[in-house]
Amino acid sequence: MVEHAWLIPLLPLLAYAAQVFFGRALGAYTAWVGVVLLAAGAALSLGVLAQVLGGAAAAASFPWLKIGDLTFAMGFRVGPLEAAMLAMVTVVSLMVEIYSIGYLHGDAKYNRFFANVNLFVASMLGVVLADNFLLFFACWEIMGLCSYLLIGHWYEDLDNARAATKSFLVTRLGDIGLLIGIFVTFWHAHSLNFADINQSAASWGAGAATLAALLIFTGAVGKSAQVPLHVWLPDAMAGPTPVSALIHAATMVAAGVFLVARTYPVFEASGTALQVVAWVGGLTALLAATMATVQVDIKKMLAYSTMSQLGYMMLGLGVFGYAAALFHLLSHAFFKALLFLGSGSVIHAAGGEQNMHRMGGLRRKLPWTTVTFVIGGLALAGIPPLSGYFSKDEVLLAAFRANPALFWIGVATAGLTAYYVMRGIWLTFFGEPRDAHLYAHAHESPAVMVGPLLVLAVPAVFFGWLGSPQLGHALQHFIALPGEAEPAADRFAAAATIAMAFAGLALGLAIYAGGRPALRRDLIRALRPLYVLFKQKWYFDHLALGLTGLGLGLAQVVGALDRYVVDGVVNGLAWLTGAVGQLVRRAAVGDAQAYMLTMAGAVLVGLAVYLGMGG
Amino acid sequence: MEAPILSIAVFAPLAGALLLLLVRADDRRTLRAVATAFMAVPVVAVAWGAAQFRFGDPGLQLVERATWMPGIGVSYFLGADGISLAMLALSAVVGLVATIASYGIDTRVKEYFVLLLLLQTGVLGVFAAEDLILFYLFWELVLIPMYFIIGIWGHGRKEYSAIKFILYTMVASLLMLVGILALYFLTGAKTFAIPELVGLGRTLAAGLQWWLFLAFFIGFAVKVPVWPFHTWLPDAHVDAPTPGSVMLAAVLLKLGAYGLLRIPLPAFPQAAHAFAGTLALLGVINIIYGALAALSQRDLKKLVAYSSVNHMGFVLIGLAAATPAAVDGAVFQMVSHGLISAMLFLMVGVFYDRFHTRDMERFSGMYTVMPLAATFMAFAAFANLGLPFLSGFIAEFYTLIGSWTVFPQYVTAAALGLLLTAGFNLWMMQRVLMGPVRAEQRGTPEMHAREIVTLVPLAAFVLLLGVAPGLLTAWLNAPVQALVQRMGGM
Repeated sequence: MVEHAWLIPLLPLLAYAAQVFFGRALGAYTAWVGVVLLAAGAALSLGVLAQVLGGAAAAASFPWLKIGDLTFAMGFRVGPLEAAMLAMVTVVSLMVEIYSIGYLHGDAKYNRFFANVNLFVASMLGVVLADNFLLFFACWEIMGLCSYLLIGHWYEDLDNARAATKSFLVTRLGDIGLLIGIFVTFWHAHSLNFADINQSAASWGAGAATLAALLIFTGAVGKSAQVPLHVWLPDAMAGPTPVSALIHAATMVAAGVFLVARTYPVFEASGTALQVVAWVGGLTALLAATMATVQVDIKKMLAYSTMSQLGYMMLGLGVFGYAAALFHLLSHAFFKALLFLGSGSVIHAAGGEQNMHRMGGLRRKLPWTTVTFVIGGLALAGIPPLSGYFSKDEVLLAAFRANPALFWIGVATAGLTAYYVMRGIWLTFFGEPRDAHLYAHAHESPAVMVGPLLVLAVPAVFFGWLGSPQLGHALQHFIALPGEAEPAADRFAAAATIAMAFAGLALGLAIYAGGRPALRRDLIRALRPLYVLFKQKWYFDHLALGLTGLGLGLAQVVGALDRYVVDGVVNGLAWLTGAVGQLVRRAAVGDAQAYMLTMAGAVLVGLAVYLGMGG
Repeated sequence: MEAPILSIAVFAPLAGALLLLLVRADDRRTLRAVATAFMAVPVVAVAWGAAQFRFGDPGLQLVERATWMPGIGVSYFLGADGISLAMLALSAVVGLVATIASYGIDTRVKEYFVLLLLLQTGVLGVFAAEDLILFYLFWELVLIPMYFIIGIWGHGRKEYSAIKFILYTMVASLLMLVGILALYFLTGAKTFAIPELVGLGRTLAAGLQWWLFLAFFIGFAVKVPVWPFHTWLPDAHVDAPTPGSVMLAAVLLKLGAYGLLRIPLPAFPQAAHAFAGTLALLGVINIIYGALAALSQRDLKKLVAYSSVNHMGFVLIGLAAATPAAVDGAVFQMVSHGLISAMLFLMVGVFYDRFHTRDMERFSGMYTVMPLAATFMAFAAFANLGLPFLSGFIAEFYTLIGSWTVFPQYVTAAALGLLLTAGFNLWMMQRVLMGPVRAEQRGTPEMHAREIVTLVPLAAFVLLLGVAPGLLTAWLNAPVQALVQRMGGM
């Protein structure tokens, strides 16, 4: 089975083709085409995973293109990490597609939605399986296209259209860095095959490795919404919520982390690059968490939390916690998909309202959503024994061993995370209803949406156990790089992390469950500068807007320059020629002849000069 | 004797033009049928030629050679290597598409088709000619029909644009003529055959090579167009009728690039080598300047026109770098841009025919109004910004990776230019395709069958070359290798 893993991406691709060409004929059944094929893909992926657990692996490639003196091969490879990713991606996307049947019910672009989601899944699976940078990059860009199309799903609203454009452009900026990184890599490794690249990286010299790694990392920064290329992710929430769950939380945004893991030896060959990865990750984790604490939109809060968790993963990679970071990638995918789908269920119930301050008390109306959302939230907050606890703990342990400053940044982030999780849960589900009308009309979502929530709640609780010390870090051993050392456990680090998580929860409870609005007002007044800073998102959006304005302004300058100066010179010359022609005309018969005469004269003079020089 | 495939391809449109003269001017149906039939002949002929082509052989094939003016060594000499064959195939397909797209022309139909067919003979002739005088004659033949097509069937300031086009390109081809004559006399050649002349050019003194290179370079640079010789392009492209814009962008621009790689680059390798850095820099300027100028437009057609300036920059970089992969990428870009720009101009025509405006501020929500048209437009725009699995990505990826070792600084700048390329395409889509529907545009009729027929083959080729680029590089590898050797081997 493992040697047929390349079939897995083709299944959703087939669904895409069917939906594009026969969407109208399929009608309401269109979603099921994707669900059935994805279910087959998930089954195949689990089969592959089982075989790989038994020690199997597969790789195959064929020469795809000879261009000039360069030959490129196409192929796939499946090892432990790929098998685990395949299983995660297919299972999460299957759940998201089933859920979408309910969520998108009655949408005018129902078929278009499912087609784009399936194309996305196919390209994400392509990214996972690709054994070379070319195929990887191609699939990576198609993921970006799908993300763009789905963010702009409701394109009638120009705000959504702008969000889509912004997401594509910002990630494109990162991708250009990645593209140049691929060039650098190629000319050092003389191959685009990951195995060749990783094998030779140590021999490139530190300078080349640093350059290549930092350029590759640029791509990861864009895709995984790391500071400063994160500005597109919150806006990406303009897309339908299932898309936020699948693309902008569980899978695509994690692909940046996967990219760094994929080329990890290049990063290892350059100590500097790893340091950069660690610090960018740590700062992203912290900054995003601060921004999440002041969001009123439930999806935006989750978006910043995604960004923050991706920061953790990068941090982990940067401090030699390769297995820990990927462990967190996998566990985060399940509980964050759960949280986003839960938020979708809330939004669905609340008639499209996303502002948590208008909610409250919804636990009585949405019991299943509440239970699963709380599970997901506590997993995110890192409360034992839920899955987020184990994976985050492993990342922080790696940081503790390698870089105390980053460890403390990570711990502080853990506290903030627990705080905003509690805040969000309380504002949404607990307390008294703040909007009577909204509350009166709220209702639990249909089974087709609640079902996936329940399914995803299972790994949100249990998945982390696979990597727990009690089970001997089985998962980490499975996905680790050969020879990767496991950081020794540390009681102090573990205690600090857990204490911060509980402290964050307690603080959230004290402020929000205490239910005294006056307390919140006083706090905001007392911490005004910080509040404004977080609310203004550390002014990154202002920076992005300013740069865009600068670019457009430059375009206007060039446009005017072209029209008035460059073309002006040409027209001036033409006018001059015309004027000379007028003079010649007095002697000659007509315009055309005058021109011909001038030209012929010029030719003869020119020839004479050249001949003279030659002779 | 083997069939004169290239002659058939080149002169079938001319024969069609002559036949059209016999058709009554108001019998549009027959005029269209005859034009289409004779434009289809080159497609078949090129396919026939490709079927018997030995792609591993870098030399000329399908050769037809006869003495013509023996006194001065001019001969009727046609031939093709894989590069020419690729350009012939592109021109044949785009010419046929442009003919079908011309069914909407309803004034002076007869004259129009006669000129379009003449234009096609000129274009195919340039790509097939292996004698410099013949090359020059075909080259000039291209200008005149295009002048009339813009001037008579165009829009806006069409007379101004047509005259600008012809004067600008005439001056350039005059320089080329100077170059041709000088090359002939200075080398003392007894022939105008391109292979021989190119071989003799390298024997000239370095200083002479430099002047001759410059003459040919400027001659061809106007057509490419290389900044700052590009300002005829936005005017001509915008004011030409849709099929004229298609031919201009998809095929005529390629004449310039083809000329560069056929004559001055291999004939004057020392000069070419000395000039390479400048050429690559000009390529970068084309890319960034073209993208910025496109970004500043409100006129949809002007945006597409400047996009050509942007994309031809990659061709220049690839030719300047002169590594096999880079040159392969450059030729790939010529084909790819031909297909993509043809799609874009056809789509501009689809919208213009319905709304009689090209002002992007007056479009909105085309995804909702005309979903199929909007989808084609989005496909073309994404191809244009270099989305993988479409032909443009392959071309730009290989041009840049192949040029990296020679010009890392320019490759980096060009790659950054890709951000701007994405910018103007995305912004165009945001304004035209997305957003709310304008009341007066609601209920606009969707694309009709003929429009779809023109776009489907182009889209299919764009996708095919993106997924299986080997189909085209197999044509290019051998001749490109030979070309690179000639450029490098002083």
